[in-house]
Amino acid sequence: MKKSIFVSTVVTLTALFVVPMEAIAKDAMTGQEIAFDRKLGNCLACHSISGGTQAGNIAPPLIAMKARFPSKAVLRAQIWDATVKVPGSVMLPFGRHKILTENQIDKVTDYIHSL
Amino acid sequence: MKKLITTVAVAALLSSTATFAVQQSSVVQADIDAFQGFFKKRFPELSLNDFSKGPYAMSKDKMLQFEAAMEMPPFEDLVEKGEKLWKKPFKNGKTYSSCFPGGDENIRANYPKWDAAKGKVVGLEGAIINCRVKNGEKKIGSGKGKLAYMGAYLTTLAEGQKINVIVPEGDAKALAAYNEGKKFFYAKRGQLNLSCANCHVDNAGKRIRGDTLSPALGQTTHFPVWRGKWAKKKGDGFGTIQRRYGGCNKQVRAQPFKRQKVNITI
Repeated sequence: MKKSIFVSTVVTLTALFVVPMEAIAKDAMTGQEIAFDRKLGNCLACHSISGGTQAGNIAPPLIAMKARFPSKAVLRAQIWDATVKVPGSVMLPFGRHKILTENQIDKVTDYIHSL
Repeated sequence: MKKLITTVAVAALLSSTATFAVQQSSVVQADIDAFQGFFKKRFPELSLNDFSKGPYAMSKDKMLQFEAAMEMPPFEDLVEKGEKLWKKPFKNGKTYSSCFPGGDENIRANYPKWDAAKGKVVGLEGAIINCRVKNGEKKIGSGKGKLAYMGAYLTTLAEGQKINVIVPEGDAKALAAYNEGKKFFYAKRGQLNLSCANCHVDNAGKRIRGDTLSPALGQTTHFPVWRGKWAKKKGDGFGTIQRRYGGCNKQVRAQPFKRQKVNITI
C-alpha cells in the first residue's frame, strides 16, 4: 500500500512538470500539424488532404472547403460533433469527446477551411 | 508485410449449413444470412471462402506479399511448439484431448461455444484453461504464448472447416448472451466513439491511413494470429483474439477488458 502511494505521488509530481510543458508544445502547433498528427486530429486516417501522405479513403477528400462550407462556424460544428447533423456518423466527435481542445479545434477549422 | 494470417482455416463465420444435433436459433440464422448477404453484395467479386483471407483477398498486391511470406512462414516453429504443448500429458497422466470429445481436429470450429451448464459462452482459449484447471494444472495467460501456440495448432488441424458456432434454438439464455455480443459489436465506444461495425462492416475494404480495414465476415477465423506488429516489440508475433480485441479497445480509447472475465460472442 505504502509503495503504491509513493508511486502515485511521483506520478503526480512528474505530471505537474510534464503536462504544462506538453500543453505549451501543443499550443504552439499549427492547424495543419494538429490535423496531421496521428494522436490528435489524424484527419488523414479517413480524408485525403493536399500535402498529406498515406491518406485513408473512408471519407471525402478535403478540397474546395469554402464552397462546401461557406460558413466556417458550420464546418467547426461538424468537426466538434458530426453526429449532430448525421446521427451514427463514423466521424470522431472531436469537441464533444474532448479529443481536441477548443483552441485546437479553432486552428484545425481555420486550416481545413483554407483547403 | 505488416500482418499475416496464420491459418486460412475457416470459410464462413457463424455458418451452420451442416446438420448438427443442436439446431441453430432461427433468430441467429436470420442474422447470419443478412450479415453474409451484406458482404456478398458489397464485394460481389469475392466468394464466401475469400473472406477467410481478410484484407489480403481485397488487394492483389497484398495477396502476393502474403503468398511470398507463406513460402517460409515465420510462425511454423511456434505451431509445432503448440503441438508439443498440446500433446504433453498433465501431471495426472491425462492430456488436453481428454477434455474434448470427438478428435483434436474437431475442436476449433465449434468455438466460441454456449455452455448451458455454466450459463455462459466459452471461447477456445477459455476451454483450454478450464481443461487445465480440471486436471489440477495452473491457469495460463490467454493473450499470447503457450495458449496462442496451442490454439494455432488446433486451428491448423481444422483447416478447411467452417466455424460452426451454435446458439441453440429455444435456449433463452444462450440467445440473451448472443444479443449482448451483438449489441457490443454495434455500440459506439471509447473516446473515439467507434463501434466494431463502423470500421469492419460499414467501411470494410477501405483504407484507414495506409491500412486496409478487414471485413468482419471471416475475421474470427484468422485467430490465433501472427502479426508483424506483435513481433516487433520483443514478442514472437503470436496472439489470440482476446489480445486483438484488447488492442481494438485501446485504439478506440476504451477500457480493455480483463481477459477471460468477460466473454463476448461476436
